[in-house]
Parts: sequence; C-alpha cells; structure tokens
Amino acid sequence: MKLDQLTKPWEAFSYGFLDQSAKREMRRRILKAIAIPGYQVPYASREVPIARGWGTGGLQVTLTLLKPSSVVKVIDQGADDSVNASSIRKFLRRVSSARETLDTMEADVIQSRHRIPEEKLREDQILVLQVPNPEPLRPVQPDMSEARIMHGDADYGQLWLTLYEQLVRSGRIMQGSSYPSMVNGRHVMTPSPIPRWDVPKMHMAANLTILSAGREKRIHAVPPYTRVEPLVFDDVPYRIEDHADKTCYRSGVTGFFMNELPQDDGSSSFEVSDSQYGVKHIRRQEGEPVTLGETYYREGRLER
Amino acid sequence: MTPASSMNAALERQPPRLMLADPILTMTGIEKSFGDVRALRGVDVTVYPGEVLGIVGESGSGKSTLLRMMNLEDMPDRGEYHLALPGQEDLNLFTLDRFSRRMLRARHIGIVYQNPHLGLRMNNTSSGNVAERLLMAGERSFAVLRARAKESLDASEFPISRMDARPSELSGGMQQRVQLAKAIALEPALLLLDEPTTGLDVSVQALVLDTLKRLQRERRITMVIVSHDLGVIRTMADRVMVMRNGDVVEQGLADQIFQDPQHEYTQQLVHAKL
Repeated sequence: MKLDQLTKPWEAFSYGFLDQSAKREMRRRILKAIAIPGYQVPYASREVPIARGWGTGGLQVTLTLLKPSSVVKVIDQGADDSVNASSIRKFLRRVSSARETLDTMEADVIQSRHRIPEEKLREDQILVLQVPNPEPLRPVQPDMSEARIMHGDADYGQLWLTLYEQLVRSGRIMQGSSYPSMVNGRHVMTPSPIPRWDVPKMHMAANLTILSAGREKRIHAVPPYTRVEPLVFDDVPYRIEDHADKTCYRSGVTGFFMNELPQDDGSSSFEVSDSQYGVKHIRRQEGEPVTLGETYYREGRLER
Repeated sequence: MTPASSMNAALERQPPRLMLADPILTMTGIEKSFGDVRALRGVDVTVYPGEVLGIVGESGSGKSTLLRMMNLEDMPDRGEYHLALPGQEDLNLFTLDRFSRRMLRARHIGIVYQNPHLGLRMNNTSSGNVAERLLMAGERSFAVLRARAKESLDASEFPISRMDARPSELSGGMQQRVQLAKAIALEPALLLLDEPTTGLDVSVQALVLDTLKRLQRERRITMVIVSHDLGVIRTMADRVMVMRNGDVVEQGLADQIFQDPQHEYTQQLVHAKL
C-alpha cells in the first residue's frame, strides 16, 4: 500500500482551526455552562498546536467564538507581550483573520491567563480565562466522582473547613489565588488562578466570562450580572492583596494590582501587572490621545 | 409497644422506667445479606429517649452492620427505620434519598467509630474536626465555630490547650475524645458508639467511659453502644441486646441480662466474661 492511499487528500484547515463538529460541541457546552452558572461542563478537549497546560482550554473557546470581524486580545499573567501571549495571538490571527489588539477597551474577545484587566469589561465583551484546575474540591476530595456528588449536594463544608484551618494556623486566610467562590448562590467554582484582587471584579460583571480547562476537559461560565461571592466567614471579611498604596515605577499609576520586583538592595519596586494599562498611562503622559477606560478599582478601592 | 419478634426468639424482659415514654428509635424487620451471608435476619430494635442501649455479640453477629444502618450509612434489604425528631414528619428513613439521609445524619445523629480514621480528618486540627460538623449545619461565624468547638472538646474532657493539634499527633484516647466532641457538637438526638474503647489500654478505657457516662447523665443523650466487651456494656447500658448470627437472641435490662441470662448463648457470654 502506498503512502497516498493511507493519507487523506490535502484540504485546507477549517476556519478557526477547529472543525465544525468540534465547534458545535464547544458552543453547546458553552451554552450549558452559561445556563448553569459555575457548573463544570465536560467537553471533548481537542488537540491544538500548543501543549496541554499552556492555554489549550482557553484557546479552544476563543477559536470557537472568533469571526473575521472580531478583535482579540491575549493576556498572560497581566502582560500582552510574553512569548505565550504573543504566540497565541499570532495563531488566532492566522487561523481566523481576527484583528489583534492590546487595548482592553477595543477587544471583543479577551483570552487571559491568571488576570482580569483593570479596565471594566462591557456587555459586548467576552473574557476567556485559561484554567489549569477547574475543580475547587480537588484539594479536599481527589475522587472526581465523589466531588461531583458533593457539587450536586452543594456540600462545600470541607472548603469552609480549609479556610477555618488557614485562619487557625496562620491567623489569616492564605488562599492567594483560585479563591473558591460561590456562583449565583449555588455552585462553588475556582475562578482560575487569578489573584484575590480580581475575584470581586467578576461579581455582577457586565461581561460574560468563560473559564475553560483543556487538560481537564471542563468548561464553566459566569454569565453577565451574576453573583460571584468568595467564601468568607461572617466575621472575617474577604481581603484583597495589599496593593492599594503601591505605585508603578514605570507608569506612575497607583492603586492597582502590582508585580513586585525585588531589588539588589533588598527593597522592592512595583510595576502595574496589567501591562497595557500601564503603557496607556505612559502614552497619555507623553501626550498621545489615549482613552483610559473606567476601572474596577479606584485608588485601590473597589468601585461599585 | 416494643416489638418482640418471634423470628428473633427474643426474650423481652420487664421494661425500665424510661420505656414509659414513646420510643425515639424504632427499627422493624431489618434484613441484610452480603451474598450468601445473612448478616441481619429480621431484627427489631426500639430505643427510648435518654436510655443507653448496649448491643453485644461476637464478631460477625451483625451488630456493627445494624449500627451502620442506624447511622444511615448502609441500607437494608428489607425493614423500616423511624426516628422521632421534633418537627419532623414520621416516615421510614430508609425511603429518604441519599441527600436527605446525609443531612439528617449530619444534623441529628452522632457517631464514634472504633477506628478514629473513619471519623476524623487526621491532618486537620482537632477543633477543625469539630467545626466541620457545625459548618455542615450552616454555621458561618469563625468566632462561634471556635467557641462551640472549644465547648464540645471541653465537654469531652479534651485538653483545650491542644485543641489545634492534629489528631494524628494525639494518643488513641485523645482521638476518641475528639470523635466524641465532634459527635456531640450539634447535640444529636442519637449518639452511636461503635466499640469506642476497643484498642485503648484499660486506664484510658475507664476515663473514656467515665466521660461518656457523665455526658449521658448531664445531657440525657440517647446512646446505642456496640461492643464485644461485656464489661463496657455492663458499665454503660441500661438495656442490653444480645446478637448472634444476625438474630437478637435475648434482650432486657442490663442487670437482668448479666445476673440471670436466659438464652444459652447469653449464658456462655456472661460466664465467659466472669
């Protein structure tokens, strides 16, 4: 048997890389995830040309959502210019003809790893978060079947117990990211490893957020204007990172989530984690006509 | 009132004063088989408010299986189970769905297992183990959780200075006290004790039994205690049920069972002990 008999004739990739049946399945799963906020919907995660764990879940959702007129932004830990973000952005443009942007306000679809932009998202924008581990119960219940029963029963006592233990042992809640949060008063989700700073941004947000884990083959979603409440004790308030008084050494902005940069002399300097927001500030200071969007936080305090 | 099953060939004795009240627990016709093995053969059980029912029997007699059913962990092939709980509809608890059974168990039934690994999270703090039960009941104040965990541990005579030690760092006796504190945290209608002192040395056994007796006296907790140790049953129980091969062979007041056993098997047990 010859090689050409064993291989299919050449044909172009489908629009947006994924074939139509894959996209149809993704759309159905996304719709189900939106219908049951916070519920993890299983899906047949496809192979895409990046490794598992590098954003394949988010990439499949983004590929399903894009159309030629879309404007897409990709964030990696707050930055638009990391190798991973650049590669994903370039790939998306090549397979969909969607326009790239770095500006949060301009984007229709924002795929992000571990951050939510500082500028408020609108109703016509979709945030796609890459999720390494979608199961908030994993640390307390490694058996997936049992965990699903616990979700069905809204049996989240063990998550509360984890927080209790942190308070007893450390005097404060040590959960730095992936803070377990109740969605729409029913399902507890992990909001992906976004910092505590970002979790309140999801509460009653105008935009749709889709969280997708490619390796774990699970999608969950937070529809617009949905309650997202971090698990907290009545007498121990939720605390965000103590960044309210930090100033970005590059852009001069204050009161946003910062990256800490240790210095040789033992001190630290800070730069704003949402790199493009910092860049917009710098460009504005240099006299360019840049529009800054409304932000979730103002002077380090959450705006409602 | 008390069902005396002819199938069990039980010899029902004169009821104690406690039995004048309506029963809090009634199980009738409980049957359970594991493959070809008939673990329970139509067992009837009645427990009255504030009493301690002791269940004795050799290994494989079905006493632990029966206790697991009282805790709604296991389901019978046949039979009914009623618990008289304030404000609750009287229905066969075996007809409840899994979620309702779990909620009822969490709220109204406490259990102390022989093996603390079954009842405790070894890597959480002792106070956390108690708090977990309160969290399941919906308590969401950290200060209240701390206070009530402390109160329960204290009532179980657990040293409060060690309330944030992990059970894995504690002795067997201390682990049983943590289990007890967890079991009584919500003041359950029914406290089940599955060989609670087995494996402990005699002096620690005596201390744990003293704690149980004091709690029972002070709080009038209804208890069912399963043990193969007649000494434990004699110390704790108001009434005794003797089981063998899945049947109840004799039941009655503790003193009568121990002083004047009627069934041949009970006589063997009592005399073996003596």
